[in-house]
Amino acid sequence: MATLIIAEHNNVSLSPDTLKVVNAAMALSPSVSILVAGARCRAVADEVGKVTGVAEVLLADNAVYEHQLAESLSALIAEVAQRYTHILAPATTFGKNLLPRVAALLDVGQLSDVIQIKNADTVIRPIYAGNALAAVKSNDPIKVITIRCAAFEPAQEQAIQVASVSELDIVVANDITQFVSKQAVESERPELAAARVVVSGGRGLGNSESFALVEKLADKLGGAIGASRAAVDAGFVSNDLQVGQTGKIVAPELYIAVGISGAIQHLAGMKDSKVIVAINSDPDAPIFQIADYGLVGDLFELLPELIDSL
Amino acid sequence: MKVLVAIKRVIDPYVKIRVKSDGSGVETNNVKMSMNPFCEIAVEEAVRLKEAGVADEVIVVSAGEINCQEQLRTALALGADRAIHIEAETGLEPLTVAKALQSVMEREQPRLVLMGKQSIDTDNNQVAQMLSALTQLPQGTFASEVIIKGDAVTVTREIDGGLETLSLTLPAIISTDLRLNEPRYASLPNIMKAKKKPMEQLTVAELGVDIVRHQEVLEVMPPPERQGGVRVASVSELVDKLKNEAKVI
Repeated sequence: MATLIIAEHNNVSLSPDTLKVVNAAMALSPSVSILVAGARCRAVADEVGKVTGVAEVLLADNAVYEHQLAESLSALIAEVAQRYTHILAPATTFGKNLLPRVAALLDVGQLSDVIQIKNADTVIRPIYAGNALAAVKSNDPIKVITIRCAAFEPAQEQAIQVASVSELDIVVANDITQFVSKQAVESERPELAAARVVVSGGRGLGNSESFALVEKLADKLGGAIGASRAAVDAGFVSNDLQVGQTGKIVAPELYIAVGISGAIQHLAGMKDSKVIVAINSDPDAPIFQIADYGLVGDLFELLPELIDSL
Repeated sequence: MKVLVAIKRVIDPYVKIRVKSDGSGVETNNVKMSMNPFCEIAVEEAVRLKEAGVADEVIVVSAGEINCQEQLRTALALGADRAIHIEAETGLEPLTVAKALQSVMEREQPRLVLMGKQSIDTDNNQVAQMLSALTQLPQGTFASEVIIKGDAVTVTREIDGGLETLSLTLPAIISTDLRLNEPRYASLPNIMKAKKKPMEQLTVAELGVDIVRHQEVLEVMPPPERQGGVRVASVSELVDKLKNEAKVI
């Protein structure tokens, strides 16, 4: 068994999600290889070499990989894939964009968004937005897998580099896709998918001005802000904050749902949070059925009180 | 310009699904079915391109049993010009669907292929990327803006932590995300008109595609139920519990 993990990085540092994939891969073999493809990204390869469980780092450092476009990266990965039985990447927009293209080049299927690796060919993955789980067995010679990172703890980084870095000189140019620009969302708050605390607001807030209460609470707790589909549809916030089936899937240590009734679409995106708090004026709201702590009452009285008491 | 839109019939997103007690799958008998929401966005985008004079024909295609013609008719009512039904059993794997679409592309030679980024039943998010690999065409996944100019399409993509803009040389494959547009509803006159629009039927075999089973679903299970906790009476009790019991703040 030989596992190759595709590192997600920004040419400067490794994404924490990659560490979770390494840990997930420990169910397959005690050591893994990692591919770092980018431009001027040697530092990332050195960092990866310190991760527990990484035995080999492959570095493809070339200007053609600077923006990690799927067209180039998939061909590069397909070139080295035959040496491996498993190819893994995080089920982030990076991995979701890239890995199916790799699978098709290898003429194999892909196991998406895996939450548990049972053995070398069988995994558990959510379907219907997590409203059901499927045990799926792959019959392919190479298993291509994306990992839902919220389901795994990160692998540890050691102080010293243990894995050797070998450079790949495969260059896949691509003249059909051009990178134009990247706009990062500027925010002082942690990113929704990676935050330790998430405070989400729903339709119960009534309008976009009231959403400031959610922001204040999040800032007190050093958390990210999220929203229900209803709050997004009502125009309170933009839909990159949407938590749920069609938005972000989060699993923070603390999730506070404010004025959210708990439609199944929303629950699918947050029910794996460690501790869930629901604050809602409707005592029959379905959110209370999954909340560890429920508080019934008027948001506009309770939220300022909560903010003040933290 | 010809635009091909691939769509899928799924359990309606507002239906609460039920896992069959024998673990063989999810109950689909007597359950309301709809067009996958992300596919509706793809159809809408294609129709808007036609209305803007950029596209001159919109072809909608779906693979599945006879009843997926209902969703194809819906797409025709929304403004697509003609439909192709690829007759196949329900549950084709993404790679097989991609190969069937590749074959349809060879026949139809579209300049642009649009489809939803994922279906809300199997949640795979694979077909557009696989089709791009098979056809060696550029891919613009999770699109929130699509602008066609000459021989290229500029696609703004929703990525973790922001947006990315790419320029793809046509022909290209694009998968649609939620923010791209808000799909319209079909009007009654358009639903009537859609009944007369052409619907071609093809089999997977006629498209020259072998159905290969790469994966087997061994069991479908309900997720572990999360137990509800306690009600707290006040903000101070909540803060106390979070600090001293859950130890999360």
